[in-house]
Amino acid sequence: MAYSTKKLQEEKVFKDPVHRYIHVRDQVVWDLIGTKEFQRLRRIRQLGTTYLTFHGAEHSRFNHSLGVYEIIRRIVDDVFAQRPEWDESERLVSLCAALLHDLGHGPFSHSFEKVFDLDHEAFTQAIILGDTEVNQVLKRVSSEFPQNVSDVIAKTYENKQVISLISSQIDADRMDYLQRDAYFTGVSYGHFDMERILRVLRPREDQVVIKSSGMHAVEDYIMSRYQMYWQVYFHPVTRSSEVILTKILHRAKELSEMNYKFAYEPYHFVSMFNGIVTLKDYLKLDESVIMYYFQMWEEEKDPILRDLCSRFMNRNLFKYVEFDPSKEYKKLNELEKLFQQAELNPDYYLVVDSSSDLPYDFYRPGEEEERVPIHLMMPSGELRELSRQSDIVDAISGKRRTDHKLYYPKDCVTDDSTHKEVKAKIKTILGIE
Amino acid sequence: MMKDHAKLMQAFFVSGEIVGRKKLQKMIYIAKKLSFPFHEKYQFHFFGPYSEELTLRVEELCNMGFITEQKEKKSGYTQYRYGITEEGQAFLDAQSTNPMPSVEACLRDLNDQSSRFLELVSTMLYFDGLQEKELIQKVQKVKSKQNYTEEEISEALAYIKHLSTVS
Repeated sequence: MAYSTKKLQEEKVFKDPVHRYIHVRDQVVWDLIGTKEFQRLRRIRQLGTTYLTFHGAEHSRFNHSLGVYEIIRRIVDDVFAQRPEWDESERLVSLCAALLHDLGHGPFSHSFEKVFDLDHEAFTQAIILGDTEVNQVLKRVSSEFPQNVSDVIAKTYENKQVISLISSQIDADRMDYLQRDAYFTGVSYGHFDMERILRVLRPREDQVVIKSSGMHAVEDYIMSRYQMYWQVYFHPVTRSSEVILTKILHRAKELSEMNYKFAYEPYHFVSMFNGIVTLKDYLKLDESVIMYYFQMWEEEKDPILRDLCSRFMNRNLFKYVEFDPSKEYKKLNELEKLFQQAELNPDYYLVVDSSSDLPYDFYRPGEEEERVPIHLMMPSGELRELSRQSDIVDAISGKRRTDHKLYYPKDCVTDDSTHKEVKAKIKTILGIE
Repeated sequence: MMKDHAKLMQAFFVSGEIVGRKKLQKMIYIAKKLSFPFHEKYQFHFFGPYSEELTLRVEELCNMGFITEQKEKKSGYTQYRYGITEEGQAFLDAQSTNPMPSVEACLRDLNDQSSRFLELVSTMLYFDGLQEKELIQKVQKVKSKQNYTEEEISEALAYIKHLSTVS
């Protein structure tokens, strides 16, 4: 039997709190899960620093990747199978792309990518196409199979229907993370009737559409997404921890550029400091490694690195005030000067952070948009864009909500033992007297 | 502080007026590929490389009143026209250093091209790790609906070489 169609003698199942069970029958999928690159995802939290706000948010990218795989498996095996618009030969590439879509994520990806100019998607491609155990498994299917899986994840695959299963405004990735993140954070948002949505998904040329009878389940999904973004993903305390984490990395990089002699040589960071990160170096990184350095750096001579690491490890985070960049950028310039006078380096201790989300966006013919809309399939077979049918979705379509906050170390600013007059001015401007 | 916003403001300032969201997206992507320090993250979308972050920053700059976005109805489609405001100029003047020296020639050159052509150029740059023959095949595959001619593809290849002389 060809490797691509080989089944396990007995179905394997993973117990899962979101989907109850994750079912694996394909030998290829089982072998991929066993690779060291996939197992590495157990050591990378799905929500980065969110555990400092919601203590239950310790789940990993491994959990989520299996969840996305399970959703796709149910779609292709239970919903799409035998439908003439679905090409059965795309089944395995869809399953593998779902399983591997986050493979290139590193520890605290968002901050690392920003500071060291990395791209987890490029690393996903590199792991799938490079000298790795994952590549060895995929190559056993066929010589072009690794490239096909990589193309689906990069959204450059020829069959757009397969891409839209894994990456669109209603895709398996989002359906899993909303429910999983809601479960582990313990919030009551993020729940929607996925069973219903899966039942009404239909394959069409270049996309996956939804039977119009499933519109209300989709409305619920969009509202869940909106609430999760503002209640969980953009929580200001989580953002504060992200700000500090990012500043630690900036400081370590800056010290390296200044040829600072670290008491604890940052071996794992050297390639990032030098700007040449090999796949081998990248795969050695996980959150345990990073936390080890942060703990060690709490004892460094450099006061900024030491302080920031201590803040992160002990959850002594920055406080924030609301900030309107359009009206207050001059105030920011003033604060920067005052922070310098107070011997608080504004590059590290005064940070504007912005969050923004677009709950749903539509594309109407003739408009210059790039997002694929959600299409409802009417009983006649005609396709209609969701916001034209749903008043609820129409009310939030294309409406971006943006929030800016200014983060600062309140303990330092309110410590009047030094620079009392300057700090009084800072407190006045920040409105924290 | 707001350095990435300042860089975009500089891009609007040196480009004069930019017509079309797609053109703006592709101009910044191409400039980034030419190693100008724009940090907006791009992914492959409908019309080639696209940055959600750039869309967001441009919206923020509009909301701040630093740039204007005029919606114009054309025959069969809508396009957007961007320009810098007096407040935007004041913001840019308040920056202590020029956030993007030497980007002017590159952006002006890109702004003179059509958005369709920039879509092709940016897509080719997106796959710049491929050999020329494979690159052309890939572009024809992912851009099959745009029906780019061989002549356009040759022009794009020549233009990419030309860009290295203006960057």
